[in-house]
Parts: sequence; C-alpha cells; structure tokens
Amino acid sequence: MSTAPYTPMPGAAPLGRMIGAQTALETKMLLRNGEQLLLTVIIPALLLVLFSAVDIIDTGKGKSVDFLAPGILALAVMSTAFTGQAIATGFERRYGVLKRLGTSPLPRWALMTAKTLSVLVTEVLQVVLLTAISFGLGWSPQGNPVSVLLLLILGTAAFSGLGLLMAGTLKAEATLAAANLVFLLLLVGGGVIVPLDKFPDAVQNVLGLLPISALSDGLRDVLQHGASMPWGNLGILAVWAVLGLGAAAKFFRWE
Amino acid sequence: MSHEPVVQVTGLVKRYGSKTAVDGLDLTVASGTVTAVLGPNGAGKTTTVETCEGYRKPDAGTVRVLGLDPIADAAKLRPRIGVMLQSGGVYSGARADEMLRHMAKLHAHPLDVDALIDRLGLGSCGRTTYRRLSGGQQQRLALAMAVVGRPELVFLDEPTAGLDPHARRSTWDLVKELRASGVSVILTTHFMDEAEQLADDVAIVDTGKVIAQGSPADLCRGGAENTLRFTGRPGLDMTSLLKALPADTVAEELIPGTYRIGGKIDPQLLATVTTWCAQHGVMPDGISVERRTLEDVFLELTGKDLRP
Repeated sequence: MSTAPYTPMPGAAPLGRMIGAQTALETKMLLRNGEQLLLTVIIPALLLVLFSAVDIIDTGKGKSVDFLAPGILALAVMSTAFTGQAIATGFERRYGVLKRLGTSPLPRWALMTAKTLSVLVTEVLQVVLLTAISFGLGWSPQGNPVSVLLLLILGTAAFSGLGLLMAGTLKAEATLAAANLVFLLLLVGGGVIVPLDKFPDAVQNVLGLLPISALSDGLRDVLQHGASMPWGNLGILAVWAVLGLGAAAKFFRWE
Repeated sequence: MSHEPVVQVTGLVKRYGSKTAVDGLDLTVASGTVTAVLGPNGAGKTTTVETCEGYRKPDAGTVRVLGLDPIADAAKLRPRIGVMLQSGGVYSGARADEMLRHMAKLHAHPLDVDALIDRLGLGSCGRTTYRRLSGGQQQRLALAMAVVGRPELVFLDEPTAGLDPHARRSTWDLVKELRASGVSVILTTHFMDEAEQLADDVAIVDTGKVIAQGSPADLCRGGAENTLRFTGRPGLDMTSLLKALPADTVAEELIPGTYRIGGKIDPQLLATVTTWCAQHGVMPDGISVERRTLEDVFLELTGKDLRP
C-alpha cells in the first residue's frame, strides 16, 4: 500500500446498488441457514407430499392435492414472511447488525425494502418448487392468476408486519419461541391442511379472521373453486397488513 | 486540513431512566488527530460516542459532528464516518470477507477489500462464519468495517479489548496509519498505555464529565512529582544527601537498602545523586526514574483505579 492508503474519500453508493447488495446478502443468509430452510422449504414440501399421498385428513371432494396445494402455498408465505423474517430480524437486532447498519450509508427504509425484496425472492423460489411438486401430484389449478398474486402480496404484507412487530419488540429468544409456536398453531388452526369446517361453528368464525385462514381460504377459493376475486379474504388480509405494519413502524426498536 | 473541530460536544446530558450516564459533558476534537476518551467502565464513554454516531438523542446539550447534527443530518453524516461497535454488528452466518465486501458495496469509493483483508490478517478467517470466529478476529473485522468506506472520521469503541499483544500492536499501527492519511480518530479505551501510545489528545471521563483534557505529556507533567529509586547498602545518611539536593526534594529509605527520592527529577539531580554516592563509596544499583503516567493522573483526579 502507499504511504497514505486511507486518505478519506467518503460517499454513499448509489441507492439501487445498496438495496441490491443488501437484498442479495439477506437472501444468502436466509438460504444458508439450515433451520430457515427446514421451515420454508422442507416442512411445506413434506406436508404437501405426505398429505397428498396418504389419506389421513378428509379434504372433501376431488383430489386431495387440489385442496392441499393452496393451503401449502399460504403456509410457505407465512413461513418466510412471518416466522423466518421474525427470527432472523430478531437475532440481527440482538447481535447489533441492525445497529451497525444504522450508521452505514444504507437508509433504514432501504434496509426494510431490501428485507421485503429478500422475502419476495424467497417466496418466488418456494412457489416454483411447491407448484412443481403439486403438478407432479396431479394438481389442476383454476382461477385468475392476478387474484392469486394479489392474495400472495397482501398475505406477505400482513405476515411481514406481524413478524417485524415481534422481532422489533421481543427478545430474540422470545421471538424464536413465539414465532415457532405461532407457526405451529396456525398450521393446524388456519385451514392449511385441516379444513376449517372440521372445527365447531363458533371457533370457525374466529379462526376465519386469522391472516393464515384468509390467505389459505382465498387461495383455495380461486385455485380450487375458480372464484374470480375473493374480496372478503383480501379485506381481512388488508386489515392485518395495515395493523401489523403500522404497529411495527411505531413500536420497532432497532437495538 | 480544516481547522474546524470534527466533533464539538457542549453540555451533553444523557439519562437512562433515573440513571445519568452523561452529565454536562464538553468535548472538542480537532481535525486530523487521534483522540482517546479514557475512563473506567460506566464513565459515559460509550454513551458519548454513540450520541456522536447518532444512536442516542441528547437529553440536553448540543452535539455537532463534522458540523452536522448526528440525528437531523444523519443521511449526510453516515457516509462520512466509520463506526466500530464494542461488539457484534455482523450477521452470525456471514463470513468475514463477505461482510466486509458488503460494507464496501454500500460506499462510493471503498478501499481495496483484498488489501484490507491482508493488512488486518483476516485471510485466516477463511470460510468460517462470524459466530465461530475468535474474539480477536471479530474485533479486527469490526475495525475493517469501520474504515473500508474511506471515512473522514472514525469512531472506535474499545478497539483492542480482548486482543492479544500482537493484535493490539497491529491495531495501533493501523490507527497511526489512519492519522497519517488525514483521518480523524476518536477511540474509547480504559487502557492507559493505549491512550499514551496513540493519542494526540486525551479526554479523561469520569461520572459523565470530562475532568481533564490534553496531550498525554501535558497531563502527565502537571501536579505530582516524579520519583527516582535506587538500592545500595542499608543505612545511608539521607540528611547528608538532602543537603546536596534542591530545597523541595524528599529522600527516604523505604526499606533497608532501598531509597526513594521525590521531586523534580532532571539530569542535574541525577548527576548530583550519583556524585554523592561516589563520594560516599556507594554503588547505586538499579537506578530507575519513574515518570508520572496517565494512570497516576487518573488516580489523582478521581481517586479510582482505572482498571475494571
């Protein structure tokens, strides 16, 4: 090196480059993490194959994959946007990653944008994989792809808000425990693999308001029954998104 | 080089609940210098530095860094500063080179990452992820992350805590290279030798205030006297020795055969002592002159030991 190798020449990189780099790094961290892969890829794929092949649950008329595939897609969105994001962000907060990035040239909104993009990239990978498996199991989806896309996006927004709210307010260990517990409870009680009509009417009405139920029910309406635009479910997801993201914006603590 | 101070803190107060961490602190840091903020744990060093970095909002007082408000002007300030946190700051699943390259990508004109990895010996980290790196490797990575963006001003919070002597020296060398390149450096430390070795300016902080500031030499000069020690045969006549020495000097036999002379120890005084010994047939073994250290200064100012 020369005699004055550290001569100051400060400056932020262009925003697009910063967000691109941050998105790439976040996605790489997620895909490298074994527990995250278990949650986002292996569990949904396994449930899809297992319950399609083995007739454990009465999924109503028709092929069971036609019932299961929309529910598993909803589960995939929840596992990435909520559980995975909550746990990863909780530990980033705990280990000072968010703090350190806070004095880098990357603005906070750009960091959150990168996190969202990383969630979306992961979801695309999940959807490609799970759709391929579903077709292999004889899935015949119907309906409007735009409705599906809208449901997935609103579902992602709703789950991201709740995940970030948890990560930004609880201790990392508490987030880890709670996010996994919620994942499990919603997997069972959110119409993912167990039809909601297996529950008593009163319980059904409450469960129907959960974001996971709205997402799985909405996806099923479109993909299984060919509905055009499931407004009720979209409305429930929109309310969760506004409440979750609003609360996260207000209560999120960076350290 | 600009003559504007790079950091100007006036009357800073920061409370956490009922605890006052910083209590009316004033600090001015000149451009192009290495300034050590020295004090025991809990003195308010980290809070002060983190307020300058924009992490903490002052309860009272003003903070200007490179002429900017660290919170209101954060977007302008952040690209111009480099920050080394006391610990953490890296994805636990990231490799050292990966994280450093990422930080480089957030800056417009970063340093050559490979050269920096070589310079700080981070090549030995290989493909190991952050959580499995040694404490020393984690420290060096945090230091590299602070300088990779070619900042004007670098904040190092206890940069050598937990480092072995070799790694400490290497970090010190880097700080000196930063200064030689015109980078201003503010570091917190509770190591006296670190402040004495590195700093142009030392601010001694205790209970949330700067209680003394100056160059290490200035701080060590004032006040208490220096000491000369030697050993010889027991029972030398101190009254006779004192007659040969300047008026305000003291001389005593600490234990039989060990003598201490306190006062202004200069070459003249040393010559007088050895001459007196020669006249009395005494071989003064183990002559040593002890200068006042920052540690002594700190002890006098606060009545506390600096080490935690």
